[in-house]
Amino acid sequence: MDNLQLLDAVERYLNNEMPEAERIGFEQLRKSNPEVDQMVVEHSAFLNQLNNYGENREFRAVLNEVHHDLNSRGLIKEVPPKALLAQLWKKHKRVMAVAASIAGITTMLIAGFAAYYSRRASNAELEQLSKKFENTERKVNALRAQVESDKAVVDKAPSNTPIKSGGTGFLIDESGYLATNAHVVEGSSVVVLENYKGLEFRARIVHLNAENDIAILKIEDADYHTRSPLPYAIKMTGAELGEQLFTLGYPREEIVYNEGYMSAKTGFNGDTLTCQIGVPANPGNSGGPVFNRNGEVIAIINTRQTQAEGVVFAINAKNIINSIQAISADSSNANIVKLPFSSSLKGVDRVQQIRKIQDCVFMVKSY
Amino acid sequence: MRADPNETGLLEGLARNDRPTIEKIYSGNFGMIQSLIINNNGSADDARDIFQEAMIVLYEKSRSEDFELYCQVKTYLYSVCRRLWLKRLSQTHRFVPEINGLAELVPVEEEIEANEQRNQEFALMESALSRLGEPCKSLLEAYYLEKKNMSEIASGFGYTNPDNAKNQKYKCLVRLRKLFFTEYKNNNGDG
Repeated sequence: MDNLQLLDAVERYLNNEMPEAERIGFEQLRKSNPEVDQMVVEHSAFLNQLNNYGENREFRAVLNEVHHDLNSRGLIKEVPPKALLAQLWKKHKRVMAVAASIAGITTMLIAGFAAYYSRRASNAELEQLSKKFENTERKVNALRAQVESDKAVVDKAPSNTPIKSGGTGFLIDESGYLATNAHVVEGSSVVVLENYKGLEFRARIVHLNAENDIAILKIEDADYHTRSPLPYAIKMTGAELGEQLFTLGYPREEIVYNEGYMSAKTGFNGDTLTCQIGVPANPGNSGGPVFNRNGEVIAIINTRQTQAEGVVFAINAKNIINSIQAISADSSNANIVKLPFSSSLKGVDRVQQIRKIQDCVFMVKSY
Repeated sequence: MRADPNETGLLEGLARNDRPTIEKIYSGNFGMIQSLIINNNGSADDARDIFQEAMIVLYEKSRSEDFELYCQVKTYLYSVCRRLWLKRLSQTHRFVPEINGLAELVPVEEEIEANEQRNQEFALMESALSRLGEPCKSLLEAYYLEKKNMSEIASGFGYTNPDNAKNQKYKCLVRLRKLFFTEYKNNNGDG
């Protein structure tokens, strides 16, 4: 209670509410008693603090009121909350950029995987198709065998032996010499030729030059009869860039015609024995003749570049001569092979040319 | 450069807590501060907070005895807001941009620190008041903040006579002092 009375006295003193006599008495007490003096100072500071707190709170309340008031009167314009999105964007721009990149990469990855797997699926489809194709091919073969047996044509292929490799060959002498690629017949024990009509002839490898990739075959079959002179010539001088070319070959069981142009005078890695041609070629075209517009053989197809699209290489026709010379040197009878040097196909339309040529182009099957 | 008479009038009005003056200062400067804050990673709410804090700094300054303003009110408020906002940004670990704006700035560091100190003490007072509980809190607020006289309070709070109310007020005041000074010492001891 003493404390409360003191507090009351201090407050009254600070507020100047004391009667004069009491005030003098209190000031004396304050001087004599340091505790009272400290109480006065302390309480004065405390009340001041309390007062300031009150005024500060009041002022804050006024500010809020003013803000609200001015805002509703349109004297200040708060940026509307629609800016929230923009602010978010501003604040998190970098994070969002990173997130977007990650999303993008993920999308690309997923798309990539999807494309990859769907492509694999289509590959599988293709494989099935090719299997079917093989099946139908077998059926066709079987049919043909029947027809042929009807015709009483003897199958020349050795029974129960798989074909090791296949390619194309063409006559270089009407007596029965053919040129083809060495890699087509290399290491084979039996070579069987088949013409576009499906007739088969046995043949023997006369000469094999692995370096030039040229092989010379000789038909040794009673069914083969020396035919009329070859319609085409072998051209030793090659062809000019851009010259129109065409090929005949057996990439399938059927003779196939293709055409294109002379692309480059040298072959793979600058090989001068070969040239580059712009003619589609597939396995089976190997050893096939490349004709120019006049029906002259200018090259023999041998390879294509696997990494590049539509890059096919062919051996220059003049290399055949080297092989012929080698044969002549080997055998006692010189000049047994007479290469054709004149073409009867100049100025003849393509269909006529092919009709005459196809007789002389054979499928080469190595067993 | 001394503030022109217009500005001095504004500050005197502010010190008197004059509502039209407050409105005039508020409406004349809020837009500028708002664009400062918003252009520097802030929101409209941030702008309101910061601007009002600056207004309080100016208010306290205008009430201080050695009050003198050597620049325009606009420049002063801008300087305080800029400083406060940079502080806020670094406290919340947000990206602190290079704030470009009006070239003219005045040193306000001391005032801002004094303001922070004040705010801390006010926070102590507030927490002491809230821990006091009712009816003490309302009683003290009515007497010391709202400046009501004892007979008003006695009737408002249902005391039989003003002396009872006065007694009760002193009891509450003793408790408040105790709470406040305990916290004050704790805080200063910790700090």
